[in-house]
Amino acid sequence: MDHVIAARAQMGTSLAFHIVFAALGVGLPLLVFIAEGMWLRTKRQAYYDLARSWAKGMAILFTVGAVSGTILSFELGLLWPTFMRYAGSMIGLPFSYEGFAFFIEAIFIGLYLYGWDRLSPLVHWLSAVPVIISGALSASFVTLVNAWMNMPTGFRLDNGRIVDVRPLPAMFSPPWLLEVLHTTIAAYVVTGFGAAAVCAFALLRMRAIGRKEQILVGLRISMIVASAAVVLQWVVGDAIARFDAGNEPWKFAAMEVVRHTGSHAPFTVGGIVGPEATRFAIVIPDGDSLLIGFNPNTVVRGLDSIAPGDRPPVARTHYSFDAMVGCASALLLVAILWVWFGRRGVILPKRLLQAIALCGPLAVIALEAGWCTTEFGRQPWVAHGLLRTDQAVTTAPGIEVQFYVFSCVYVVLAAMCWWLLRRIGSSGSENEGASPASIRVAQA
Amino acid sequence: MSAVDGAALIALLGIVLYAILGGADFGGGLWELLASGPRREQQRTVITEAIGPVWEANHVWLIFVIVTLFTCFPAAFSDIATGDNTPLAIALLGIVLRGSAYAFRNYADDDKVAHFWLVVFGSASIITPFFLGTAVGGIATGSYDWHSPFALCVGLLAVALCGELAAVFLLLETEDPSLRRDFRRRAIIATIAVWILGIPPALLARAEYPPLFAALTSPIALGAIGAAIILGIGVMICVAAHAYVAARVAVGAEVLAVLLGWFGAQAPALVPGHLTFQAAASPDATLVAFLIAAAIGAVFLIPSLYCLFAVFKSRPRALSQRQ
Repeated sequence: MDHVIAARAQMGTSLAFHIVFAALGVGLPLLVFIAEGMWLRTKRQAYYDLARSWAKGMAILFTVGAVSGTILSFELGLLWPTFMRYAGSMIGLPFSYEGFAFFIEAIFIGLYLYGWDRLSPLVHWLSAVPVIISGALSASFVTLVNAWMNMPTGFRLDNGRIVDVRPLPAMFSPPWLLEVLHTTIAAYVVTGFGAAAVCAFALLRMRAIGRKEQILVGLRISMIVASAAVVLQWVVGDAIARFDAGNEPWKFAAMEVVRHTGSHAPFTVGGIVGPEATRFAIVIPDGDSLLIGFNPNTVVRGLDSIAPGDRPPVARTHYSFDAMVGCASALLLVAILWVWFGRRGVILPKRLLQAIALCGPLAVIALEAGWCTTEFGRQPWVAHGLLRTDQAVTTAPGIEVQFYVFSCVYVVLAAMCWWLLRRIGSSGSENEGASPASIRVAQA
Repeated sequence: MSAVDGAALIALLGIVLYAILGGADFGGGLWELLASGPRREQQRTVITEAIGPVWEANHVWLIFVIVTLFTCFPAAFSDIATGDNTPLAIALLGIVLRGSAYAFRNYADDDKVAHFWLVVFGSASIITPFFLGTAVGGIATGSYDWHSPFALCVGLLAVALCGELAAVFLLLETEDPSLRRDFRRRAIIATIAVWILGIPPALLARAEYPPLFAALTSPIALGAIGAAIILGIGVMICVAAHAYVAARVAVGAEVLAVLLGWFGAQAPALVPGHLTFQAAASPDATLVAFLIAAAIGAVFLIPSLYCLFAVFKSRPRALSQRQ
């Protein structure tokens, strides 16, 4: 395997893995907080059981998110030392803030998870607040680094050397706000739909008759969060598409397969992207021009305006973008249907429950595909216009071996998480006496 | 004091705190794996409960060190990550397995599965400090000879230090006299092991790396190493005299002294023969911004850490509160 490919594969696998756990680590504290808050208000046991059960899942997912995040902080150096030497003085600051935010998160998650019996109910409930805030902040700070990689700012180039570093402007590169919103909201979309999917699945299987009330309130809380988040996400996503067309035209052109600069640019959905033409795609005439400028005469920059050596891989970027938008459309539709049926106060139809169960995986795909879009769309650069990905890679040997070993580790971790979460999901938490372990003991 | 000095001090502070708090965590895993005798399961329970609420926070110190390094000393971060690539990758693997194994074991309701992850947790708790130690040894040699006998011996020393830290810390985690006796014995064994394992690196440095040996015998380094040896005696006296709080202080100071020996030997070099702190440093604007960030961070961090330790570490707990 080629050295650069091995390093990219390892970084990609690590990020693809981490991003799911990180998103759940950001979102779940909010769900747990709402559930416990409802318990404090109503004193209904179902809310308490729900909070305990979600908190157990949160503990496992947060741990895996934390360790996989540690992997990434190492891999920045193990795989991309030249990038870090080059950019460390500029992107280090948001990483430092991220470090502090994560630190606070880790401290309060310790207090929350182990403090059920040691803190008063109110204090315990409030100890989730710093977890929620610092979780969202740490996701935001990390995204600032990505914003810088997309549009490096805060320095001056002098004969290829970086001089006059200004760390604060570097921290707030032009796409920062939109990217931060998009990433953070994505965490709530994934968590909301993920938790809702688990509840819907349990209702469909009818395995948890005794805990039906807990599952119903769980479904309601998670769908409220998911629906609000997915609507916001569409607004932000639309703004990002417009931003990219103006500021990162290479990315927009690849996302939409705009080959030639011009007005009346069509909107291309799906298809098979070839070197010269895109076949079998659904083409909406003037779509891109309307999307960007609300006018069919709006000129859209195409791939022909980018030097051939600087163009991103078009097919991959386009497919990733379409996968994200496709999944997000399905999520929005399900959210609308849920609000509709929920408002009328009828029992949710089985088909809708099935759709909600499907939304869990779809939300994860949307998250991964969205991340792929921004990363493929920036290639062949690691820091756009500054440093190419193949220049940033390490000279150390053995990267291929590392890739295989870490990939195996991810498979094991994912399988173990799946197994444990299923056990937690099916054993519930209403009383510890009913857990499978004690049943086994009783049978023995 | 220049911005470089400030950043260097923060990096060193992070390393010291990680070595003490993270080290005690690693040692906890070591003693869980090596738990033996009639109170084997009780020993493990005490360790699990002691580590539970704080391990996540203890390990953030490592991230803190990494982030400080690549923000303030990016050239050194890049150099170390390339030269020590292999031991760091293995240590990383250990960190990952350790963290996940801990969570998996706690939430697994099947005894066989839980035991499997206990073994993974314990083994990773030994492998990780060992390879972090060899990485440090590799840096000290000035040529990233992380698999030289010298560096391997530094790795063993690191494991022994973790064991000593954990055993001493655990004395205050239980009130059961017989369990305390178990941990007392382990504390004394580990302290002696640290002494013995401290000798080969010194001899190997003299034989193979004369510049390193010369640095180790500089007044600061020699003073720090002497202090570490004396503090080791102090630890044993405190443990034997049941002065467990004093023992904690002494063992923390011992680790600090060992690290100061290392820093003192190679200052002002960050990577001997490659980079000094000054040469590896980011521009002043970044360093100043980082120091301000660290000050703001500390305002939030210190009270939070205080809360965490006040809630969970203020008094020893009765056994088996675990739900």
